[in-house]
Amino acid sequence: MTEEIKLKVENFNFYYDSFLALKNINISIYKNRVTAIIGPSGCGKSTLLRSFNRMHDLYEGTRYEGSIILYPDGINIVSRTVDPLYIRMRIGMVFQKPNPFPKSIFENVAYGLRIKGITNKTELADRVEKALKDAALWEEVKDRLNENAYSLSGGQQQRLCIARAIAPEPEILLFDEPTSALDPISTGKIEDLIVELKTKITIVIVTHNMQQAARISDYTAFMYLGELIEFDRTEKLFTNPSKKLTEDYISGRFG
Amino acid sequence: MRIEYKKKIDYLFKGFLLLTGLISILVTIAIVIVLIDDTVNFFIHPEGGGFPTSVIRFFSETEWTPTFVNKKIGIWPLLCGTFLIAFIAMAISIPLGLLIAVYLSEFAPHSLRESVKPWLDFLEAVPTVVYGYFALLGVTPILQWIFRFFGIEVQGMNALSPGIVLGVMILPFTASLVEDSLRGVPQYLREAAYSLGATKLQTAFQVVIPAARSGILAAYLLGASRAIGETMVVAIAAGMYPNLTLNPLEPVQTITGYIVQVALGDLPFGSFEYLSIFAAGFMLFIVTLFFNLLALYFKSKMERY
Repeated sequence: MTEEIKLKVENFNFYYDSFLALKNINISIYKNRVTAIIGPSGCGKSTLLRSFNRMHDLYEGTRYEGSIILYPDGINIVSRTVDPLYIRMRIGMVFQKPNPFPKSIFENVAYGLRIKGITNKTELADRVEKALKDAALWEEVKDRLNENAYSLSGGQQQRLCIARAIAPEPEILLFDEPTSALDPISTGKIEDLIVELKTKITIVIVTHNMQQAARISDYTAFMYLGELIEFDRTEKLFTNPSKKLTEDYISGRFG
Repeated sequence: MRIEYKKKIDYLFKGFLLLTGLISILVTIAIVIVLIDDTVNFFIHPEGGGFPTSVIRFFSETEWTPTFVNKKIGIWPLLCGTFLIAFIAMAISIPLGLLIAVYLSEFAPHSLRESVKPWLDFLEAVPTVVYGYFALLGVTPILQWIFRFFGIEVQGMNALSPGIVLGVMILPFTASLVEDSLRGVPQYLREAAYSLGATKLQTAFQVVIPAARSGILAAYLLGASRAIGETMVVAIAAGMYPNLTLNPLEPVQTITGYIVQVALGDLPFGSFEYLSIFAAGFMLFIVTLFFNLLALYFKSKMERY
C-alpha cells in the first residue's frame, strides 16, 4: 500500500540550552493516519511533538537543527524564515490537561477562527457548530453555548479543546497525552473521536499508554533517551518488533 | 524523655506565635475603638450641635471649617478632595500599571524581569515626603508651564500635581501586584492560545488578562485604597483648603491632609477641633475598609487553576 507523506522529519536535533534532547530523528508522518509516539518518561516524545508546531519557540534557550518538511508545499517548519504563527494555524494541538479559556463555550471554539481574521457572525456560528459536531460535543452543549467552559466536565472540556483545535481546520492535529487526566469513559470517547477525525486530519499522538497506541494508531514510533528506536506499522511494532529495546518496553520490562 | 521535651518546646513556640499574632489583632481593635470613641465624642459635642444634628450637618453641609469661629462640619469637601486626587492617581496607575505588568510578565526576557522587580520594590521604599516635594517643586511648575500655553493659570497648590505623583508613587505597588496575578495565569492557557496561532500580544490581552481579571481588579482596589490613605504627598502639594470642587487645577484638601494640618497645630486635647480629626479619620477608615473588603472579595473570586 502507498502512503502519502504529510510530515517528514530529517536529521532532526533539538537542544535545551546545551542539552541534546532529540538525537538525529528521522521519521515520516503519513497523511490521514494516526501516528502514536510512545516511550518512557523523558524519552523526548513530547519534545518531538512540540517541535511540530514550534511550541519550543516560546521558551528561551531552545534550538532546532535539521529539518521537518511539511507537505504538500514542502516548507521546512523549523526554518528560521518560517513564521511559527503560520505553522500553528496549519498544525493544531490538544494538550495533556484540558485547558479551555475562561470564556464561554462558543468563544473557546471561535477563538482560533477570530485569530484567523474571521469576523462574520454567521460564518463563526456555522464553523463553531461544525467543530463542536466533529468533536462529538454539539448535542451536549448546543443549548448552553454562552456558559463558561469551566462548567463542563473534564472529558467534555477536553472535547471542547479538540473542537477549538479543529475549528480553524488544521491539516495536522497533535495530541500530547490527551487522556492522561481523564476517566476511562471519557478516554474512550476521545479515542473514538481521534479515529474518526483521521479521515479529515493527519494525527500525531503522544501517549504513555501502550494499549491506547495499539487501539487507535496506524503507525507507532518508539523513542528512548532522545532517540527514535523503532518506527513501524502499529500492528507490526506491537506483535513483532525488530529491536530488542522495543520488545522489552512493550512487554513491560522497563519504562 | 527527649520526645516529651521536644513536645514542650513545640507547645511553647506555638503559644509564642499565637501571642504575636494576637498582639497585632489587639492593636488593630484598640485603634478602631479609640477612633470610634472620639468620633462619638465629636458628634455629641455641643459645638457641633450634638447628636443627631451634628451627623446631619456632617453629611449635608458643603463646607468643612471646624477650626474656624463659624464652624461648618460638612465632610464632602474633604471626601471630594480625597477622591479627586485618588481618581487622578488611578487614572495614571491603572493603564501604566497594566502595561508595565504585561511587559514584565509576558514580554520581558527572564533576566530583565528578575532585575527590574527589585527596582520596583526599591521605588516603594522611597519616603513619601520626597514624592511630596517632587510634586510641589517639580511637577507643579511643569504643569503651570504647560497650562500657560492654553492660557490657564494653575495655582501653586492643586489636585492634579499630587494626583499624578501619587499615581506614579503607587505604580510599583499596582504593577507588581498585577504582574503577580498575570504570572498566576497557568502556562497551559498561554500555550492553548499560541497553539492556535495567536501572537504574544493577542495572548496577553485576549487570554492572560481576562483570565487574571479578578486579581487585577483586586490589585487596583488595593492601589486605590493606598492612594486614598496617602498623606505626605497631598499634605505638601495639594493645599490646605477644603474645597468642594472637581476641578483638578484648584487647591483641595484631603482627609489625610486635614488630619496632618490639625495634628501639627496645638489644639487643646478633647476640644471640638481636636475631635474633628477623628471624625474625618473615621470616614477615611470606612472608605479604605470598603475598598479593601472589595479587593478581598475579588481576590477570593480569583480563578484558581
